[in-house]
Amino acid sequence: MSLLTYDFVQRALLAAFVTGLAAPAIGTYLVQRRQALMGDGLGHVALTGVAVGLWFSTSPVATAVVVAILASVLMELVRERGSTSGDVALALLFYGGIAGGVFITGLAGQSAATLNRFLFGSITTVDERDIWVTVALAVVVVLAAVGLAPRLFAIAHDPDFARVAGLRVRGYNLLVSVLAAVTVTVAMRTVGLLLVSALMVVPVATAQQLTRTFKQTLLVAMALGTAAAVSGVLVSANVDVAPGATIVLLALGGFALAWPVGMVLRRRRRVAEPFSDDALDLDLGLELGHDHTVVPEEHGHDHGPDCGHQAVPHGDHVDYVHDGHRHAPHGGHYDEH
Amino acid sequence: MSEQVIRITDGGVVLGGRPILRGIELTVNRGEVVAVLGANGSGKSTLVRAILGLTPLRRGSVQLFGAPADRFKGWRRIGFVPQRTTATAGVPASVWEVVASGRLAQLRPLQPMRRKDKDAVREAIDAVGLSDRAGDGCSTLSGGQQQRVLIARALAGRPDLLVLDEPTAGVDLASQDTFAEILRRLVDQGTTILLVAHEMGPLEPLISRTVVMRDGRIAYDGPPLESFRDVPHAHAHHPAEHRAHVDYSLDVRTPVDRAAHHADGDGGLR
Repeated sequence: MSLLTYDFVQRALLAAFVTGLAAPAIGTYLVQRRQALMGDGLGHVALTGVAVGLWFSTSPVATAVVVAILASVLMELVRERGSTSGDVALALLFYGGIAGGVFITGLAGQSAATLNRFLFGSITTVDERDIWVTVALAVVVVLAAVGLAPRLFAIAHDPDFARVAGLRVRGYNLLVSVLAAVTVTVAMRTVGLLLVSALMVVPVATAQQLTRTFKQTLLVAMALGTAAAVSGVLVSANVDVAPGATIVLLALGGFALAWPVGMVLRRRRRVAEPFSDDALDLDLGLELGHDHTVVPEEHGHDHGPDCGHQAVPHGDHVDYVHDGHRHAPHGGHYDEH
Repeated sequence: MSEQVIRITDGGVVLGGRPILRGIELTVNRGEVVAVLGANGSGKSTLVRAILGLTPLRRGSVQLFGAPADRFKGWRRIGFVPQRTTATAGVPASVWEVVASGRLAQLRPLQPMRRKDKDAVREAIDAVGLSDRAGDGCSTLSGGQQQRVLIARALAGRPDLLVLDEPTAGVDLASQDTFAEILRRLVDQGTTILLVAHEMGPLEPLISRTVVMRDGRIAYDGPPLESFRDVPHAHAHHPAEHRAHVDYSLDVRTPVDRAAHHADGDGGLR
């Protein structure tokens, strides 16, 4: 691994490490707020910021941060109003962002090839100054996302309850949006603007296949994001492939592995759990029959936790008491138990 | 002399250009257990949301524990149980985590939970009978159990006033009995309770006063009733010469009201 001794590889690894940590940390809150695509949208808008930077020959990263933050505040205000046309407003913002980016880049006399560096990342061209800005911003994002976790969780989980508890819901929501904007521009150098959303969302989707609590999800997602980002850089250092795309494909590979496991876990829980504790205490006076018979009976509903029929745990599944007999769903019919 | 916990004066709420609440006068004193009943769309949930500052008032004012709502600082004294939404959040959350968010009003940002916070959370989960499920994900619970988690979250803050919005909606009868038992213990401790419901069910014996909402107004305020359909007098019969009520929100008055208002006003001047 003689490649690891090169400065640019070391810088790329450090950049990948901190982005892999920060992107899923803030992504967890976006997923919880059902805004998984917000990172993608911010990435589109940040492109306009990059182009403005190219036009004025200043740092594209600095202008991208400013434009992405403005867009995130705007998106948060649209979301807060809760209007049904919110997603249309967001679409306008996204396409305006990417069209503006291409347009202004042309005005600046730059070619699309310049934009490619930002669209798909250029982790190997990260210089000394970039790396410290990236690390500093990522540390801020991680500290806020982990340190303020109880509050940010409560607000994303139930904004009404949080407001009645006296929390500054609007302030914290804006904070999450602004941190997402910062993360997008940080990750711009590693995975690029078009793929940044993947690093924010895919590790979270993978983590929640396996976890039961919010804290576990947050921490596992951060670990998975870091693992994907660092191994993506290592792979592309040895094989001639694009680092950004490799990182995202590795993250998706992790999801593909975790999904079947999650399916089994969820199925096991669903079959075994939807009964209330109160049902255990009631004497139902119904004996279990060992031979299961199929009952051809009309059901206006599927039995479930809320159907109002008494639920009784029975081995690895749940029976429901219906019209004086008890039965459990089995394929397209009910088995009498 | 009883302390006024909630006081709403001349309350009016307009949503999307439609008057939802009109001329609301309501006072809840300490230790009372008030049930707000009404048909769907009668404005009972909006009344609760207006009291808690979740829906802005177009007219009138709200006082909480004697302080105007906009300058009220004692939010930690209020426990709120919102209507249960069937959709669970996008990310898994355990019972403990959800209930622990009920302690946030007692903590500064970045401050970790103290021992008394953890004790309060444990006690609240215990009170709703979910101790053995504390580490489980909320999405694996039944509807009635999820409702109990939301109640535990409100209890974790040890509130002086508990506000519940349709706590028994979609909850099976066995869970409703458990829920009535939880409320009874709170009532015995002197907690003031304001509760919105469609029907009373097993909660009826706990109630000290019933308020019935109809078309955004308070149609009844008095001794407990089993159902909003039991209101003794659905409407008052005014003498023919009685002048029209002018209690709509100012900017949502109908042309007929406006005419009546002008007639009254002009009459006074001449």
